[in-house]
Amino acid sequence: MTDTSYDLAPGDNTALVSTPDVKWSGLLVYTTGLVLAVGLTATSFWAANTSELWGPGVSMGLVVLAIAQMGVHLVFFLHITTGPDNTNNVLALAFGILIVTMIVTGSIWIMSDLGQMMPGMSMHTQH
Amino acid sequence: MNDFAVALPGIARVVPASEAGPASKRIVVAYGFWVFLLSDIVMFSAFFATYAALARETAGGPSGVQLFNQTNVAIQTACLLASSYTCGLMSLSIAARRLAGTYFWALVTFALGAAFLSLELREFAIMLAQGATPQRSAFLSSFFALVGCHGLHVAAGLVWLTVMMLQVTLRNFHATVARRLLCFSLFWHALDIIWVWLFTVVYLMGVLP
Amino acid sequence: MNNPLGKLTWDAIPFHEPIIMGTAAVVAIGIGGVLGWILLKGYVPYLWREWITSVDHKRIGVMYMVLALLMLLRGFADAIMMRGQQAVAAGDAQGYLPPHHYDQIFSAHGTIMIFFVAMPLVIGLMNFAVPLQLGIRDVAFPTLNSVSLWLTASGILLTNLSLVVGEFAKTGWMAYPPLSELEFSPGVGVDYYLWALQIAGVGTLMTGINFVTTILKMRAPGMGYMRVPVFCWTALASNLLIVAAFPVLTATLAMLLLDRYLGFHFFTVDAGGNPMMYVNLFWIWGHPEVYILVLPAFGIYSEVMATFCGKPLFGYRSMVGASMAICIFAYLVWLHHFFTMGASADVNAFFGMMSMIIGVPTGVKIFNWLFTMYGGRVRFTVPVLWTIGFMVTFVFGGLTGVLLAVPPVDFQTHNSLFLVAHFHHVIVPGVVFGAFAGYQYWFPKAFGFRLDERWGKRAFWCWIIGFHLAFMPLYVVGLGGMTRRLQHYDVMAWQPWLLAAAAGAVIVLVGILCQAIQLAVSIRDRALLRDITGDPWNGRTLEWSTASPPPAWNYATLPNVTGIDAFWTRKQSATGRFALAAAPSEYQPIEIPKSSPIGIVNAFFAVVLGFALIWHIWWMAGLGLLGIFAALLAFAFRREEEIKVPAYDVARFEQLRQAEVVP
Repeated sequence: MTDTSYDLAPGDNTALVSTPDVKWSGLLVYTTGLVLAVGLTATSFWAANTSELWGPGVSMGLVVLAIAQMGVHLVFFLHITTGPDNTNNVLALAFGILIVTMIVTGSIWIMSDLGQMMPGMSMHTQH
Repeated sequence: MNDFAVALPGIARVVPASEAGPASKRIVVAYGFWVFLLSDIVMFSAFFATYAALARETAGGPSGVQLFNQTNVAIQTACLLASSYTCGLMSLSIAARRLAGTYFWALVTFALGAAFLSLELREFAIMLAQGATPQRSAFLSSFFALVGCHGLHVAAGLVWLTVMMLQVTLRNFHATVARRLLCFSLFWHALDIIWVWLFTVVYLMGVLP
Repeated sequence: MNNPLGKLTWDAIPFHEPIIMGTAAVVAIGIGGVLGWILLKGYVPYLWREWITSVDHKRIGVMYMVLALLMLLRGFADAIMMRGQQAVAAGDAQGYLPPHHYDQIFSAHGTIMIFFVAMPLVIGLMNFAVPLQLGIRDVAFPTLNSVSLWLTASGILLTNLSLVVGEFAKTGWMAYPPLSELEFSPGVGVDYYLWALQIAGVGTLMTGINFVTTILKMRAPGMGYMRVPVFCWTALASNLLIVAAFPVLTATLAMLLLDRYLGFHFFTVDAGGNPMMYVNLFWIWGHPEVYILVLPAFGIYSEVMATFCGKPLFGYRSMVGASMAICIFAYLVWLHHFFTMGASADVNAFFGMMSMIIGVPTGVKIFNWLFTMYGGRVRFTVPVLWTIGFMVTFVFGGLTGVLLAVPPVDFQTHNSLFLVAHFHHVIVPGVVFGAFAGYQYWFPKAFGFRLDERWGKRAFWCWIIGFHLAFMPLYVVGLGGMTRRLQHYDVMAWQPWLLAAAAGAVIVLVGILCQAIQLAVSIRDRALLRDITGDPWNGRTLEWSTASPPPAWNYATLPNVTGIDAFWTRKQSATGRFALAAAPSEYQPIEIPKSSPIGIVNAFFAVVLGFALIWHIWWMAGLGLLGIFAALLAFAFRREEEIKVPAYDVARFEQLRQAEVVP
C-alpha cells in the first residue's frame, strides 16, 4: 500500500542509486565492503598459520574476525543499518543470532559435559 | 526524512510505520525472504553444533590437519567473496535498470560461484579417493554434511540465477522479477556469511594445534 | 535381477494381520464412498476451483482443520488400542497386540497427535483468524500457504500409507538412535517416519515465515503493535518459534537419514558417532514445539474470555510480554527432556531452574484470565466451558511439570507413566481444549451458522471427565514404577488403575461421538442456527465485523483502527456496526491472489518422492524430484498473480449484506 521511508526491505539498495545527492554511491559502498572483507579474511588466514600469536588466543581471535567479517557483509552488502527504517530487519537478525548462539553454545556445553561425565565413547571407535 | 503524511481518507497527519497499513509487496517479499534466510542459518547452526561435537571423533581415521588444503580454501574464499561483490554490482545495475550490466555481472557472479563449487568438488574427490569418506568416521560425516550442505545451497543459487536471467530476458525488470532478484542477492550474500563461519570454524580452527 | 521397485514387494502388505486388513477395508470403503459421492454429484470442478487450488486463508484454514480432525480419529484409535492392551495384558495374559504391532501403535499415536493433529489444528485456526483479526485481505504469501497445507497432507498420506504398505517406526515418536539406525531398525518403518516429517516440516516452516511476515508487515491502517489482538500476538510468538525451531528438526532428521541411507556416522555407536547428539538436537526442536502448540491456544482462551465476559482482556500488555518471554525462554529449557542422560549437576541445575522459571509467564496469563472473569458478566457458552476446563486442568498438569523440573525427582519419574500423564495433562487441556474452543468460537464465521450448544456441552463434559479418568491413574502407576510403552507387565497391582484409564478413554470416545453428532445436528439445523449479522457472540475484534462467511476479499475497504478491540469501539460509537464502508459509487475493484494448483501438484510429487525414497525406488525418486522442479519452474513463469474483483461485485455484496443485517 504505502512505500514509506520509515520502512526498508532488507538488502534493498535502491536508496543508494536513486538519490542523487547521497554521499556514498553504491559502487563505493560495495567496494569498501570488499576491501574490508578481504583484509579481515587475510588476517584470519594469517592468524591461523602464524606462530607469532599466543596459541590459546588464536581461536578467540578467529571468532572475533569472523564476527567482524559478518558485520562487514551485513552493513556493506546487505545494507542493514540501525536506522528507524530498518528496525524490523535488525530485530529479526538479532532474534536469529540469539537462537543460533543458544543452539551452538548450549549444545557445546551439554555435549562436552556429557563427554566429561561419560568418557567411554571414544573407546568404542577403534575400527 | 523522518516523517511523512500517509494518505488516509480525509486525514493528513504523521503516523508511525507500524500504523501505516500493510507494507508494499517489495518490502513484504524481501522481509519474508529475510526471515527464511534466518531459518536457514538456524539449520546451518544445527550442523555447526554437530560438527563441533563430532570434530574430534576421527575413529582412527584421517583428521582435518591431514586433509585440509589451505591454499585451496583461500582460493575458494576469494571466489565466493568476489562473487558476493559482483552480485552487489549486479544489484546496482538492476536498480539503475541497466540490462547489459545486469547480464554481465550475473555472468561473472555465476562464473565465480561455479569456480568455488568446482574447487570444492575437487577437494571432495581427492578426499574420497584417499579413503576419507563420510562413512569413515563421525568427524568426516559431519564435515561432508556441513560443507556439502553449503555447497548444495551454492549450487541451488546458481540454478536460481540462471532461471532469473531467463526471466529478465522474457519480462525485463518487471516488479515480480525485481523482487525475486532482490531475494537472490539476499541469498547470495547470506551464503558468503555462512562460508565465513565455515572456513573459520572448519578449516582454520581445524588446523590449529 | 534387481527389483525395479526397490525394496517393495507384495510382502509389504500385511495380508495376515486381520486388524490391519479390517481397518484398511473400512477406510478404503469410506474414502471410496466419499469420492464416489463427490464424483456422482459433480462436485469435482467446484472442489478443484474453490478448495483444492484455493489460496484463500479462510479455505486453507478450514482444510487444515478437516485434516486435523480426521487425524484425531486415527490418533485416538491408536490410543484406545493402547489403553485396551494395557488394561488386559497383566501377568499371564498377553493381550491382543503383539509387541511389534504395539510398538508401531504408540509410535504412530505420538507422531500423528503432535504433527498431524495438534499442529494442523493450531495452524488451521491461525490461518482462518489472523488475517481477519488484523483487518487485511490475506496472509503475506497466499500461494505459499497452499503449498504448506498440501505438504502437510503429503506427510499425512505417507504416514497412513505405512499402515497398509510396509510398517511404521517402532521406536517411539522421537525415534532415538541407536534404535532408529539401520542396524537396529532395518525395515522401512523409520524411513516412513523420517520422510513424512521432513516433507510436512518444510510446509510448517513455510507457514512460520508466512505468518511472521504477515503479522509484522501487514496490518490494517492504524493497527500499531499495542492495538494488535492478543491471538495475533500469540500467533506471532508461535510462528517465531516455528522459524527458530523447525530448521533444527530438519537438520536432525536429515542427519539420521544420512546415517540410514548413506552410511554416515552421526549417531551410530561405532566410528565415533554420538547418539546423545540426536537427543540434544531433537529436544532443541522438541521443547519449542510444545510452545508452538500451546501459545495460539492461550491466545484463543484470551479472545474467548474477553468476548464472553463482556469486558476487555485484563492485562493486555502483560499478556503480550508473557507471550514473547515464553518465546525466548522456550529455547532455554530443552535439557529437561533428558536430565537422566548423564549430564553433570551444573548442567542439570541450570536447565532445571530455567524450566521452573518458564512457568511464571504462564502463571501471569492464568491470573489475567481470572481477573478478566472477575467483575464481568460471564456467559457459560461452550467455548467458555472449554476455557474454564482448561484453566482448572492445566494448572495441575503444569504443577506436575514443575515437579518434574527438579532433576532428582525426574530421575525417579523419567520415562514412567508419571511423565506420560504429565504431558497429556498439559497438552490436552492446553492445546486440544483450546482448539475445540476456537472451533466452536469461529465456526459461525467460517460457515455462516453456529454449532449446536447442547451437544457441545455434552462433548465437553465427556472429554473432561474422561480425560481425568484416563490420566490420573497413570500418575499412580507411574510413581509405582511402571515405565512407558509397556506392551505387557507383571505387577498385577497396576491393572485396576489401567482398567480405570481404559474406561476414561471410552468416555472420551463418547465425547468425540458427541462432537460428531454436534456437527451433523448443526448442519441439519443450520437454518435455525444461522449467523445473520456476522457477530453471533457480540465480539470485540475485527473479524466479527465481516459477513459470515466473509467474502474472498474479507474487507471492502481496510478498516481504520484507532484502538485495541477495534470492533467493540466501533460498536459503541453512534455510527454502529453496520455502517457501509463507502457509498456504492466509491467502491474500488479489489485485487485478490489467483488460485493455483501448485500446492497440490507439488505435494503429489512430494509423496512420489517420499514413497520412492522409503522403498529405495531410485528412478521413481528421480521422477518425483524432477516433477517438483518442473512444477516450481512452471509456476515461476506464470504471468498473472492476481484477479481483479470488479467494484460492482464488491458493492453488490456489501449492499446485499446491509439489506440482510439491518432490519
